[in-house]
This record gives sequence, C-alpha cells and structure tokens, in this order.
Amino acid sequence: MDWMKLFLSFIIGGGICVIGQLLISLTKLTPARILVLFVTLGVFLTALGLYKPLVDLGGAGATVPLTGFGYSLAKGAIKAAKEDGVLGAFTGGIKSTAGGIAAAVFFGYLNALLFKPKTKK
Amino acid sequence: MNQQKGRDYRELVKQRSPKSKTVLMCFKAFLVGGLICSIGQVVQFIGTSALNLSEEDVAAFTAIVMVFLGATLTGIGIYDKIGSFAGAGSVVPITGFANSIVAPAMEHKPEGYVMGVGAKLFSLAGPVLVYGISSSILVGLLALIFP
Repeated sequence: MDWMKLFLSFIIGGGICVIGQLLISLTKLTPARILVLFVTLGVFLTALGLYKPLVDLGGAGATVPLTGFGYSLAKGAIKAAKEDGVLGAFTGGIKSTAGGIAAAVFFGYLNALLFKPKTKK
Repeated sequence: MNQQKGRDYRELVKQRSPKSKTVLMCFKAFLVGGLICSIGQVVQFIGTSALNLSEEDVAAFTAIVMVFLGATLTGIGIYDKIGSFAGAGSVVPITGFANSIVAPAMEHKPEGYVMGVGAKLFSLAGPVLVYGISSSILVGLLALIFP
C-alpha cells in the first residue's frame, strides 16, 4: 500500500468536493446541476490536458469525483478518435465508462426494487 | 457573568453564522469527500496488486465497486444520513451519482416498475449522461480536427 498516494487521494478528492460545496453554498446551484457541471468540466479539462496531471498526482482523488467520470469519457473518446476516426469519437467515451454506467443502472435498479425510502425529502 | 457570556456568545454566533456555516460545510465536505476518494484509492490498490488488472480495467473495477457501495448504502438508508452531514462531500464523488440514481427510483416506485422505477432511475443520471456523453463526442471530434 502506497500511503503517500492514499494521502494525496484524500487531499485532492476532498479539495474537489470543497469546490462543489462552495458552488452549492455561495451560488445556490442545486446538486443536480453540480453533477452535470462537474462531468462536463471534467471532459473539457481533460481535452485541454489539464486534468491528467491531477489524476497522476491524486489517483482516485481525481478519478472518483464526477469530474473523473468526465475524464474517463474524454480520454476514451480522444484515444478512440485518434485510432478509429469519427466512429471512435462516438464509441470511445461510453466504451471506457461502460463498467461504471452499467453498474449504475444494474445496482441502481436492484436497490430501487429491494428497498423503500427511509426519509422523506 | 455566565449568563452575560452566554448572551454574547449567541450574538456572536448570529453575526458569524452565515459565513462560518459555509466554512463548516466545506470542512465536512472535504473530510467525507476525501474519505470516499481514499476508499476508492484502496479499491484501486486491490485491483492493481491483488487482482493484477490493467490500468484501464482498474478504472472500470473501481467505478463498479464505488457505484455498488453508493447504490447499496442509499438502498439501506445510510447514504442520506452521510449526505445530510457531508453536503457536496457525498454529492460530488461517483457514489453520489449512484445515490442520484437509486433515491428517485425508490421514491417513485408506487408509480410502477416501468414509468416509476425504470424512468426515474434517470431523472438525475439522465442529464449527467446527456451532457457527459455529448461533450465527450464533441471533444473526440475536435481531437480529430486539431490533433
């Protein structure tokens, strides 16, 4: 176990969540908008080459937040576009995030079937 | 004297609370968000060292495990409690994405299994996928034009 990496993932991941908290507290953006904003931001920061250094430094601290989902999408789309052209631009993003998306649908569905909401919002 | 102090303190709290509430929420978000990412890092270690997965497979493995954790903790009612403490610390990680899928689907189960559970799974995840996938295609096409 690489303790330094674990520490950095805590700092970077926590830092990204603080940005989200500041947006919620100061701008009244709803959590739904934060999620959309972070994914899109992750995609464009990756395209500009600005997100990869954060992933190299923070590991899961950069890939677990939703910006990291955007990073995976963009990384896959760019790589596949370079290999397979236009077709790759369409298939690459979902291919590299297929595991996460499929798991979200499957486990999401199972849990929604099995459980009832505990608290009313 | 003590009463006086108590009153002063309460006034101080009133004066400072909007700002310090933000600071406190940021601290909590940092703590819980950081912790969730550290768990992701441990899962990643397990994928690399114990399961000998390739770099791309580790990313998928970590995403699947974290989504499973987020969805299950939402199902059994624990994630909402974490959320009310942690704010964005529980929203921003991918576990929060899983939460945004399970919570509305559970809530709307009485509306049926197709238009209730099936459709509401995507009430928040839908926008995320729409903007995420669309922008990734855009970025892929731009990478072709500007190599």
